[in-house]
Amino acid sequence: MTVGSILGDRSLVRDVGALGLAVFAVSISFGAIAVAAGIRPGLTILMSLVVFAGGSQFLAVGLIAAGNPFAAIFAGLLLNARHLPFGLAIGEVIGTRWWQRLVGAHLLIDESVAFALAQPDPARRRRAYWATGCTLFVLWNIGAALGVLLGNVGDPSRLGLDAAFPAGLFALLLPTLRDPTIRLVALTGALVALITTPILPAGLPVLLALTGLLMVALRRRTRSEKSS
Amino acid sequence: MILAVIVGLAIGTYAFRLAGVILRERVALPDRVQVLLPMAAAALLAALAATATFYDSGVFAGVARPTGVAVGAVLAWRRAPFVVVVVAAAATAALLRLAGVA
Repeated sequence: MTVGSILGDRSLVRDVGALGLAVFAVSISFGAIAVAAGIRPGLTILMSLVVFAGGSQFLAVGLIAAGNPFAAIFAGLLLNARHLPFGLAIGEVIGTRWWQRLVGAHLLIDESVAFALAQPDPARRRRAYWATGCTLFVLWNIGAALGVLLGNVGDPSRLGLDAAFPAGLFALLLPTLRDPTIRLVALTGALVALITTPILPAGLPVLLALTGLLMVALRRRTRSEKSS
Repeated sequence: MILAVIVGLAIGTYAFRLAGVILRERVALPDRVQVLLPMAAAALLAALAATATFYDSGVFAGVARPTGVAVGAVLAWRRAPFVVVVVAAAATAALLRLAGVA
């Protein structure tokens, strides 16, 4: 994998760039909100660099501002627990050298997993994973620093950017969803998460989507009953 | 105090990330389980997309966002380029908000 091979893949550069711009705008608002909540500029940028998981950063800032800093750790970790199954699913994609695993693990975010899974072969998956992870890491942290400097520049939802992330995820998932078993598993999981979101703490509903895997067992059983 | 929160959150998050990556290599999973792993990732991503479409911090996100996502989803389904999907979703939500729809 070289920088040249990534830049040679025009459609990958364009697609990652499109999602990257949305992420960039959200990170600017993260920087601004964190500083407004009373977190020092240096610590805000540090958080972006070492946590690098948007949802948990916003959640942590909210809980710190509410005077509940230790809840911020637990709530943030609950939200980030999904990275373990993500790592299990695409651990092979990252690479086999120890430095690739150590650096690549930090670049494990929803977007890098989604872009990797959307690719048809192992070489392209690896390229997509690293291109997405590196691009978003740079943009996310420059954005956070800009937000710290600029202060409140307006809500990114005024630009509709809150709709960009789920729509992008859906587009990346679509090729995978052509497989009927995966479609059943994913739709069941999404439904479980939607139903439980109003009643459970953030993070748990998405983890509960793994119960969608039960549909595989159910499908196997009905199939073996039919054949017997 | 805040530094402790940041360090705690960072170490825990990195541990989750690295644990999955290393477990994948170290633990010999039977084929029946291996085929489930990409499905698990698809289920998690689908759940993230679905909850991010309808909820904001656990409460209903309003009409503009799901409408924007729906426009993007239809375009994706009709095989529109990724950039078009993302821009159309954002533009729809932004225009609806401009028109006073929450």
